Amino acid sequence: MWNVAVSPACIGSGVCAGSAPGHFAIGADGRSHPPATPVDPDDAILGAAASCPMEAITVTDADTGTHVDPFI
Amino acid sequence: MTLQDDALALPLPPAPSIYHPTPRLAELRANRPVAEVTFPDGSTGWLVTRYADVRQVLIDPRFSRAAAAGSAASDTGIALVATDSILGMDPPEHTRLRRLVAGAFTARRVEELRPKVTALVDTLLTDVAARPRPVDLVEHFSLPLPVRVICELLGVPPEDQHVFHAWSDTIMSDAGGDPAEIRAAMGNLAVYFGKLIADKRATPADDLMTALIAARGNQDRLTEQELVNLCFGLLIAGHETTANQINMFLLTLLHFPEEYARLAGSPELVPQAVEELMRFVQLGEGAGLPRVTTEAVDLSGVTIPAGAVVLTSMAAANRDESVFADADRLDLSREITQHLGFGAGAHHCLGAQLARMELQEALRGLLRHLPDLRIAVPDAELRFKTGMIVRSLQSLPVTW
Ligand code: HEM
Ligand code: HEM
Ligand code: SF4
Repeated sequence: MWNVAVSPACIGSGVCAGSAPGHFAIGADGRSHPPATPVDPDDAILGAAASCPMEAITVTDADTGTHVDPFI
Repeated sequence: MTLQDDALALPLPPAPSIYHPTPRLAELRANRPVAEVTFPDGSTGWLVTRYADVRQVLIDPRFSRAAAAGSAASDTGIALVATDSILGMDPPEHTRLRRLVAGAFTARRVEELRPKVTALVDTLLTDVAARPRPVDLVEHFSLPLPVRVICELLGVPPEDQHVFHAWSDTIMSDAGGDPAEIRAAMGNLAVYFGKLIADKRATPADDLMTALIAARGNQDRLTEQELVNLCFGLLIAGHETTANQINMFLLTLLHFPEEYARLAGSPELVPQAVEELMRFVQLGEGAGLPRVTTEAVDLSGVTIPAGAVVLTSMAAANRDESVFADADRLDLSREITQHLGFGAGAHHCLGAQLARMELQEALRGLLRHLPDLRIAVPDAELRFKTGMIVRSLQSLPVTW
């Protein structure tokens, strides 16, 4: 399982919500939030993390805590 | 409920002022936020004008760019190209390309480029200040700045930049331009990029094109055609838009002199000012690139059927009073807001952070070098290239 988190650096571009719709949604605060975490591994999550202009998305292994996102 | 014969004819009548979108958009936003429209060729679609709805259309995957790319609404010069590009794809294909290039355009990477851009702004404006007045700011500042920045990023040699610009100018000019000429220019650009890619493959350099070539070599994450299209798209998407915003920012600031004076007195407002100007200045006359619904979708109480062409008006959304108090007023100290000037969703402008930084440095440079800048001609004499979504000034004569 993966833990998915969005940092306060998020500017609400919606790139993640558009590229990995089940895994990110823009909240009332205008920022992105993962609707559920931890989640089953899905490459779309890594695609969203790599595409985030603010490098605001972190993905870690729920068991080991090691980073699986592109920016370690 | 809208009836076929009630459908609104596009294009909307032109705005009476270059500083505000046509008032028809405000009417639509209030009364028909999801309006059925007819295009000049007689086909029909929908125009969305409220902030929340526009944002939803841009983010929600049920509104597809890939489906629109093949549709009649895209059958014009420009949209044709966007068809083969990243802007014509849906996730997951879209994500495959976007994740390869996004790293070069993050806020962090863009900050690293800032000193170079500041220096370039200084060089260009020192040259402008030394010229006999009036000076055409388009030729000497607002166009060369983004062209040199994107060429530098991609790794296009400076000595090639002028030929290059002639081709891209042909391509970006008038939708009513000669299709044969446009195709020839596109052919030239594609050949040029093919050759440049071969050069970089032989002699790798520290630039984005080299990085993309490596990505292509690596498990074939990128086809050769996609590589050429990406470079091409970056170049085109990266300069006309930014040049235009520099021109329009300046025109707008000088049209609201109290705001200009405020900015000159408090240059620390520049980042906020750029966001407010992005909100206030519309990129073009019309709406953004079309989307097509993959299933029926309810929006503001209207059911848009599956397979429908949907246009979003970023200009209308950015003036939505329910999000931006006193939306028709330019207020450079407005709290930073999520305007839609860079779109939203999967296709949110890849170059947004770069463009922001260029716009900030351009404004700072103008305030620093030419604090008494004035437009040398009345608004009525300003000439825009016509027929394009991206409204673009042919020239901007300035004096001081
Ligand atoms: C102030 C200048 C700019 C403005 C106003 C602007 C605006 C936009 C908008 C509104 C979109 C979304 C279009 C849509 O979804 O229909 C977009 C997409 C895009 N822009 Fe920009 N842009 C600017 C500068 C740049 C720069 C400097 C670059 C590149 C270096 C760039 C590259 C792109 C690319 C590649 C896309 C497509 C992204 C995708 O499909 O994933 N833009 N831009
Ligand atoms: C990756 C490729 C490309 C990207 C990301 C891109 C991006 C954009 C964006 C953001 C807009 C503004 C649309 C809006 O207001 O939302 C636009 C419009 C436009 N682009 Fe591109 N573009 C690409 C390729 C091209 C190419 C290769 C051409 C040349 C044929 C082109 C010609 C135009 C024209 C003429 C417009 C005005 C739209 C119209 O009149 O329908 N674009 N493009
Ligand atoms: S892509 Fe990044 S900045 Fe954009 S909404 Fe998602 S987390 Fe926020």
